[in-house]
Amino acid sequence: MLIRLTGGVVYDPASGVDGQQQDIYIQDGRIVSKPIGEFLIDKEYDLKGKVVMSGAIDMHTHIGGGKGNIARTLLPEDHRQDPVASTHICRSGCGHAMPSTFVTGYRYAEMGYTAGFEPAVLPINARQAHMEMGDIPILDKGGYVMMGSDDYLLRLLTAKKDQKAINDYVAWTMHSAKAIGVKVVNPGGINAFKFNQRKLDLDEQNAHYGVTPRDILHVLATAVKELGVSHPLHVHGCNLGVPGNMQTTLDTIQGIGGLPMHLTHIQFHSYGTEGDFKFSSGAAQIAEAINLNKNITIDVGQILFGQTVTASGDSMRQHANHKLASPNKWVTMDIECDAGCGVVPFKYKDQSFVNALQWAIGLETFLLVNDPWRIFLTTDHPNGAPFTSYPHLIRLLMDRTFRNDVLSTIHPEAQKMTTLASIEREYTLQEIAIMTRAGAAKLIGLKDRGGLSAGNWADITVYTDNVDRQKMFEKPDYVFKDGQLVVVDGKVVSTKWGTTHVVKPDFDPSVEKGLKDYFDRYLTMKLGNFKISDDEITEDGRGSITVHPLNGDVA
Amino acid sequence: MTDITEVPSPFCGIGTDDLTIRVDGVSLKVIENGCTVNTPAFEQAITDTSARVGGKEVSLEAAVAKAAELLKNTKLPVIGGCATDVNGMRALLALADRSCAVVDNINFTGARNNFLALQDSGWMNTTLAEVKNRCDLLLIVGTDLEAFAPRFFERYLWNKEAMFVQDTSAREVIYLGKAPSGNASTSPNGQKAQVFESATEDLPEVIAVLRALVKGQPIRAVSVGGIAVADLQILAEKLKSATYGVVTWAAGALAYRQAELTVQTLSEMIKDINDKNTRCSGLPLAGKEGDQTANQVCGWTTGYPTRTRFSRGYPEYDPFLNDANLLLDSGEADTLVWVHAFNVNAVPPATDLPLIVVGRSGMTFSKEPDVFIPVGTPGIDHAGHAYRMDNVVAIRLKKLRDSGLPSTADVLNAIEHALREETVC
Ligand SMILES: [Zn+2]
Repeated sequence: MLIRLTGGVVYDPASGVDGQQQDIYIQDGRIVSKPIGEFLIDKEYDLKGKVVMSGAIDMHTHIGGGKGNIARTLLPEDHRQDPVASTHICRSGCGHAMPSTFVTGYRYAEMGYTAGFEPAVLPINARQAHMEMGDIPILDKGGYVMMGSDDYLLRLLTAKKDQKAINDYVAWTMHSAKAIGVKVVNPGGINAFKFNQRKLDLDEQNAHYGVTPRDILHVLATAVKELGVSHPLHVHGCNLGVPGNMQTTLDTIQGIGGLPMHLTHIQFHSYGTEGDFKFSSGAAQIAEAINLNKNITIDVGQILFGQTVTASGDSMRQHANHKLASPNKWVTMDIECDAGCGVVPFKYKDQSFVNALQWAIGLETFLLVNDPWRIFLTTDHPNGAPFTSYPHLIRLLMDRTFRNDVLSTIHPEAQKMTTLASIEREYTLQEIAIMTRAGAAKLIGLKDRGGLSAGNWADITVYTDNVDRQKMFEKPDYVFKDGQLVVVDGKVVSTKWGTTHVVKPDFDPSVEKGLKDYFDRYLTMKLGNFKISDDEITEDGRGSITVHPLNGDVA
Repeated sequence: MTDITEVPSPFCGIGTDDLTIRVDGVSLKVIENGCTVNTPAFEQAITDTSARVGGKEVSLEAAVAKAAELLKNTKLPVIGGCATDVNGMRALLALADRSCAVVDNINFTGARNNFLALQDSGWMNTTLAEVKNRCDLLLIVGTDLEAFAPRFFERYLWNKEAMFVQDTSAREVIYLGKAPSGNASTSPNGQKAQVFESATEDLPEVIAVLRALVKGQPIRAVSVGGIAVADLQILAEKLKSATYGVVTWAAGALAYRQAELTVQTLSEMIKDINDKNTRCSGLPLAGKEGDQTANQVCGWTTGYPTRTRFSRGYPEYDPFLNDANLLLDSGEADTLVWVHAFNVNAVPPATDLPLIVVGRSGMTFSKEPDVFIPVGTPGIDHAGHAYRMDNVVAIRLKKLRDSGLPSTADVLNAIEHALREETVC
């Protein structure tokens, strides 16, 4: 079947197309060139005057894994505010802060998203992450495996094993957990919390291992680079949420010595200590450092006002923040000599000085970082806000008048502490397309997603241009996933199953010798039972695995 | 005849995965690392291999069609048991969504003690590998741990080596409430567990006093539930001076009204200890026969644990009103679907309602169900996934033999498909 999307205004930064009228042809799920000679169109969509982009990709969203399910279990009262009934096409579920898996897929698709990546896959919990993502319809998905507080890595470092040993272990873990990237959360801090340390600065030693976060960042960033993994080490830094952590973040950027590194939800790591409340914006300094250091990419982790729930691997910082829980209930867990987690419900209030300034810091960051290829649009769903608030966030970025109107309503002291009102920048459609499509696909290393040129999978979103960008982005006219029309006028009209994106870097099989011994002596599972096989993802006939090339691979 | 090694168990809840099982045709024998829970569960013989409708053997297709017909015109079907693997639960929830049913896990009344505490105030918990490598003091509340999980001590406390405990045999074990039924808790060096015995129903008072003592509040009473307050004072000090204390309980063993308040007091006490410059964690025991699996899958599919109804087209959770037994007794339910793929003794409650049983082969009934479909057991007859007690770890279950029995997912998906064309909520 040949489909033609006719006459739309195309924003495809991957091909350098910026708002040109173009026809797009779809065959067998992929975008194809205009056929040569005579041909028959089976189905045509007249897109004259419409805006066409590839399907959006959320490169950091907590959509699969144990802590998300703890968050769900913790908040029945939140679900009751947003029940979702089944239809003849869709399953029932719940929405708002931490939606059920099926509703996650539908609501992402209804905003024009066709892929989401879970950034905190604990190796020991990776099965759950994949099983939950396996129940998210329509979207493609993938995960970054969490390392850095696992005792095995810290033992390797204490034993002064060489970088090759680290690389083998990282590659093996990526295979076992079926990952496309590697993340580190509060490097070594989750481990230190188990030894009763309550904070861990960049150069502070783990009480048991003597290893510092700086050491961990360096070996992991090196491993990711040397293994040829496209996505740079994904870093949730030290001291999340601590006033003054801007300096930690700047030191982290300097300390990585030019290695590729992605700093996630940087808003939570951009705080100074100035002013009457000893809490100020560090966005300008952080943005300057990002602009200068081309090896660094970031996503923002914007907060938006309202009820949500924070679910993080950072048990140390979540425990420290539990007094802010609203409603007042929270969970932390130490997990399997592997990692940890903390779940704390949050209500961000525009009349709270701190929350209001957090909101402004996120927006300052978006607007002061120059290169849209190195910054990504996230709320760290659900930690800063549920993903369903993205259209609102896009309007804040694209519409200065709207932004300043909202700014004028937040806590007055926070208004005084931000330069936001004076920032004139408004994001363009092309810049939005870079942040949410082409840039994200490039960062993750998805070889045939995030673009509209021939050969790409036909993940396509069509919007009606509207000066109210929130209205425009919350209700696409059409969304195609792998060429299948899944959304019309912002409602799901059909569903399908996306694929799971992974990479499979090489490792020396002898790495399993040390690991088997370690598993037998200290862990609770046999090594063979730990590794996730491909068929665990594919056996139900719905899932599939797509392996992406490594840097240096011949295409 | 083959021997299969490193077999994981879905039965004991503590994720033992070192069993060796001898497979001879369809008969299984646990030849290494069995226990009183796992061995009989693996060795249970297959009896029925064909489905029955009204007591007569029929094809699987005919049984599925009959089940769909029974469900077609129901107002409030109840799906009880809910004891299967992840794929089985996925299919079960799809069927519940389609048929506007109530789902309720067989162990939920016990688990409710944990859920109510979790949903009201939360907790700080840990998992088995952390216990194995860090725990220096284990407090067991109201539970005969070795009866619950016979190999718990061997695997997670008396392990020869631990990364962060110098001498594992020096670990301290203390029972509060119920005394142990055997000696598994006795350390390899001969040190017996300390036992502060009280009646189970006195635990609310005992735990309240213990938490007060941890917080340093004065207690005038000299004894509570038969335990000297001075002993509880010593226990409180031990918890505060332990490096990594662990407090464990089986929610179902706290079999008295409002036991969720006991779980909550324990969990809040653990939080208090973590504010006193040391670490302490809870370790709720569960994970038997698919109970954690049911709640996990229902959690991500609906937002809620089991005991959730779909009667209005969307999931609604009520840990009391959606009790399957209550709905059967009150006459509100009009059909019972009973799903239990693990235990032949876990038969449906007595009912005069139309009854569909999707059960482990070997189940026998005092009253023949309208439809009985024998299914394979996850981890024996087909591969699958099951959650361990600590909820984080899903174990990969192996297929050990070719029995030809369908999986729960096969059967429930087929019934859901048969209903698909006909039902609107
Ligand atoms: Zn995150």
